[in-house]
Amino acid sequence: MTTVDTPPAPTAPAPPASVPPSSTRRAPRTRLGTRRRRSALVWALILAGPNVALLLVFVYRPLLESFYLSTLQWNLGSPVARSIGLGNYVAWFNAPSTPTVVTTTLVFTLATVGGAMVLGLGLALLLDRKIAGRGFARTVAFAPYVLSGFAVGILWLFMFDPRYGLVQELLGLVGLPSPQWYTERPWPLVMVIVVYLWKNLGYVALIYLAGLQSVPQDLKDAAALDGASPARTLWSIVLPLLTPTTFFLLVTMLLSSLQSFDIIKAMTQGGPLGSTTTLMYSIYQEGFVNGRAGYASAVATVLFLVLLVVTAVQMRFVQRKVHYA
Amino acid sequence: MSVITSRRAAPRAGSYVAMVLATIVLGAPLLWMVLASVKTPGELYQLPLQWLPSQLTTDNYAQAAETVPLGRLLLNSIGLTIAGAGLKVVLGLCCAYALVFLDFPFKKIVFGLVIATLMIPPQITIIPNYTLVASLGWLNTYQGILVPGLASAFGTFLFRQHFLTLPASILEAAELDGAGHWRKLWRFVVPMSAPTLAAVALVSVVTEWNDYLWPFLVIDNPQKMTLPVGLTLLQNIDGMTNWGVLLAATVVVTLPILLVFLVLQRRLVAGLTAGAVTG
Repeated sequence: MTTVDTPPAPTAPAPPASVPPSSTRRAPRTRLGTRRRRSALVWALILAGPNVALLLVFVYRPLLESFYLSTLQWNLGSPVARSIGLGNYVAWFNAPSTPTVVTTTLVFTLATVGGAMVLGLGLALLLDRKIAGRGFARTVAFAPYVLSGFAVGILWLFMFDPRYGLVQELLGLVGLPSPQWYTERPWPLVMVIVVYLWKNLGYVALIYLAGLQSVPQDLKDAAALDGASPARTLWSIVLPLLTPTTFFLLVTMLLSSLQSFDIIKAMTQGGPLGSTTTLMYSIYQEGFVNGRAGYASAVATVLFLVLLVVTAVQMRFVQRKVHYA
Repeated sequence: MSVITSRRAAPRAGSYVAMVLATIVLGAPLLWMVLASVKTPGELYQLPLQWLPSQLTTDNYAQAAETVPLGRLLLNSIGLTIAGAGLKVVLGLCCAYALVFLDFPFKKIVFGLVIATLMIPPQITIIPNYTLVASLGWLNTYQGILVPGLASAFGTFLFRQHFLTLPASILEAAELDGAGHWRKLWRFVVPMSAPTLAAVALVSVVTEWNDYLWPFLVIDNPQKMTLPVGLTLLQNIDGMTNWGVLLAATVVVTLPILLVFLVLQRRLVAGLTAGAVTG
């Protein structure tokens, strides 16, 4: 491996699932074979058992229970629960806050995913140039991705402070008035979008960089020889070859953007007046602030279905990608 | 200078300027945070802004430690991160070993069950898990924070991918030497898996350290809080009036992971971007 801090290209196929080198597989059905099979089963229980048990108890059980809870009128910690069928879902569709939540989620998701993809590709193209200091630039760009989302939110709240923040200072330098970032719509939403972009940009750039470095140099040289401008080469040669990377990033960023919570919790708590409350944030709000656990489970199910659709689309495409390459 | 080289030099200078600008924009907030945490209130609330502190003060850190038990939070975070990441790695290693090197009924179903959890958003499990943890009496306990998130799907997946590439001959030789599964796992498979091991361990360390929503819901006793949850407490107590103190605590939350990242960058990035290879 070279010293370059980039992962292998996303287009590299996963290693084929070869037959595991297990001699037990070939063991004849003798007494010895039976004993070995039994021992393999015991070892499987010892080795895989704990992990599988934890998954069943803390992932699959709550998944199913959440569907059930969504059919109840039930408050967190309350001993009484009433079955109301799809009542929570009907209530969610008709709630006056739902259109705002859906719009906010759409704006937040489109802006963060779209922004991260475009800016990330731009940053990757810059970092792909063989210029001094690009290693340092890459480190700085990726650093925010590994930091606590909540801490990042606090740090940026200070950056956006309307009186003493760095953002108002810089806007003032170019003669712009500072918007009321904390209070005046739509600035709080813009603020959390900016912070989300800052935190995730480096990740997108690094994945794109790996993709760029897998584009064969002779293809680019050939295009240049034919008189194609750099922009034309990028548009007609490089970008099409990056399609699998773009698609992977699109899905990954969609899933993580739809589930983002920490930054919003730190910066706006979903406010002011619900203007930064996304679908994900409203699960927390309804379930743990308002205590409406049944209703919150219904909202969680809606989010789960959205995420499921995104994943299903991805799985369809992964099969097509093979034809592309 | 010929026309060709000067035409090449111009975009190069342009990209250099762009790269420097991008680095400043992306790096400035972190620098600003560290600077603010060592400024006096007078310097923080001064217009026009004072860029560099005239003298370094640790007052903000001291005051943060007075308001919330900062040392205790740090220990909690370190302990829970080491325990959580360590157990996660072991669970993933063992599970992947069984999935690759052992023959047992319903193996494919077990594998599917493990992999499918990667697609289940943790948010949907929160309310039922909270109810379970509460009924076990685990609210405000370390096991309440730790246990529900222990199961390893990502690690198991990466370890399995790696194990499938290991040379069969070595393991067969080990078996001929009479090595049992336990010995094969720890003496042969683990030493041949160092890069994957490092990647999974580092990703687990970062996720455990930064984990917020779950520990925030389970803990309200300051003595049991992790650092990010303690930061919430500090924010609620001090509001947005005391930036120096709040930012000092933010430095304590972010600096350890930043150092881990700077020292072990290559392995950590390899782990965090591993999804792109396998996804």
